[in-house]
Amino acid sequence: MAEVPEHLLKRAAERRAALEAKKREEAGGEPAEPAEPAEAAAGAGPSADEIAASQAEADKTGKIPAHLLARSAAARAKAEAGEGGAAGAEAGGGGTATTTTAPAAPAGAAAAARVAGGQPAAGLVGPAGHTQRLLTVVKAGSIQDVKATPTDKVNVWPHLLVVEFVASLAMTAFLLVFSTFVNAPLLGQANVNLTPNPSKAPWYFLGLQELLTMFHPMVAGVMIPGMGLVGLGLAGYVDKNPSHKPEDRKFAIALFTFFMMFWAILVIIGSFFRGEGQNFILPWRQGVHEIFDL
Amino acid sequence: MARLFGLGGKSSSSGAAPRERKSAGEHLSEGVGKLQGSQFWTSVFRPGSIFRKGYTDSPRNRSYVIMNSVLYHLHPVKVKRHAVKISYTLCLGGLSFFLFIILTVTGIFLMFFYRPAAANAWGDIKSLQTSVTFGLLVRNMHRWAAHLMVLSVFLHMARVFYHGAYKPPREFNWVIGVILLTLTLLLSFTGYLLPWDQLALWAVTVGTNMMGYTPVFGSQVRFVLLGGAEISSATLLRWYVLHVLMFPFIIVIFMAVHFWRVRKDGGISGPL
Repeated sequence: MAEVPEHLLKRAAERRAALEAKKREEAGGEPAEPAEPAEAAAGAGPSADEIAASQAEADKTGKIPAHLLARSAAARAKAEAGEGGAAGAEAGGGGTATTTTAPAAPAGAAAAARVAGGQPAAGLVGPAGHTQRLLTVVKAGSIQDVKATPTDKVNVWPHLLVVEFVASLAMTAFLLVFSTFVNAPLLGQANVNLTPNPSKAPWYFLGLQELLTMFHPMVAGVMIPGMGLVGLGLAGYVDKNPSHKPEDRKFAIALFTFFMMFWAILVIIGSFFRGEGQNFILPWRQGVHEIFDL
Repeated sequence: MARLFGLGGKSSSSGAAPRERKSAGEHLSEGVGKLQGSQFWTSVFRPGSIFRKGYTDSPRNRSYVIMNSVLYHLHPVKVKRHAVKISYTLCLGGLSFFLFIILTVTGIFLMFFYRPAAANAWGDIKSLQTSVTFGLLVRNMHRWAAHLMVLSVFLHMARVFYHGAYKPPREFNWVIGVILLTLTLLLSFTGYLLPWDQLALWAVTVGTNMMGYTPVFGSQVRFVLLGGAEISSATLLRWYVLHVLMFPFIIVIFMAVHFWRVRKDGGISGPL
């Protein structure tokens, strides 16, 4: 569950204490104005310290704070008392008011009282005239997934789209310039009766072709690449190390790098170091034009 | 902009036009304003579009640019700050996709001038290079973009591995990525045969001979791939359809799932 940050709790407690102090000053500091009967009935209410304590306790246990429970109990008691008064007034006034069914419905009772008596029943109305009632306190984390740690985010427009746009422009420019100066190969028309020596697969398969010099074709051409691809796909299920940090993943990184390098070396040997009859040659002695094309 | 055009108009007429007459620039900006206020314009460009009248650079409009456009299918409104650093992704996944788009566009152009039959294919490529405007350039772009895409997909895979991004919750998207790598290789390989020159024919002969060694049903695999016992016009037609229709169709579906899963699995991985 998401914890409320410490500084916010502190600020809330301070604010609550300040409000409480102000209320008490209003009630006690001005004797000319009579104290509200509701306040008198409920006593002075819990002190700021008590509220803060019960709030902290509730934060720990996840239960409803004690002072809120006390407040609702007091309100319920008052509502029951007001119910009797309202009903009496209703009977006297020849009542057009709605009848209240539940004894613990302060809003309904207050409305009835207001219609009947013309004045809101004292104690049924909360601070600042609010007539709603706290039903329950639900912690945010219990009903929805709250991101416990806020992440630093930026708008996709413009921050990401600009990068993507520039990258695609650069790629287009590079491709245009390169294609202007370097032509794709087009050899003579295909002739099944004229086998070039050497005959090579596309460059990305030359690692496999290189393996053909060492293994049976079934192993080199099918089983090794097949197992390689399956093994690659299973990486996420086989690697149980949850860390993403390079320093915790030395084995995985070493293994992957080893295979990548192994593969790259095979492709390079197959591309540039295999001449006539797949014999090993040195490209700087014989040139690559006869043995390699893209 | 209106002032800029207004100044241009005045200097070109060198003060001969009467003061009360509107300059060409003022007419233009008035017309642009009218167009941008019209029902047509506001129906095309939704709020937040930079083409709509009154775009200002506010956080609200920055969100609208994504939310109110088709891009919302691809990008969220916000991403983690490290994700936009070029040094993190090197743009490799995005560039692979962009190269695929370039290959689609140039490939469609090439299809206008190519017949997949042994008697025509090589001659069509030859005349494409010599007598079609930009034919050689577009063919070159298609060829080099294809090689680059194989390379960039491969490097993208390495980047993802080194960031540990194949780990839960992204392990299934990694599987889709491996499938996309395979499809990329297949797309490149099927395209390799189409020029029907000696390079194409013998490269494909080597490749399909290797596939013929598949255990148990090797010769059947080879027969299906070649459309016969050896490479012929039937092979060319078969690989043409695979190259221009079937594999692009399949790869687009897997790409859609791949991009969607990136978002569903919590966005790009990291920071490390």
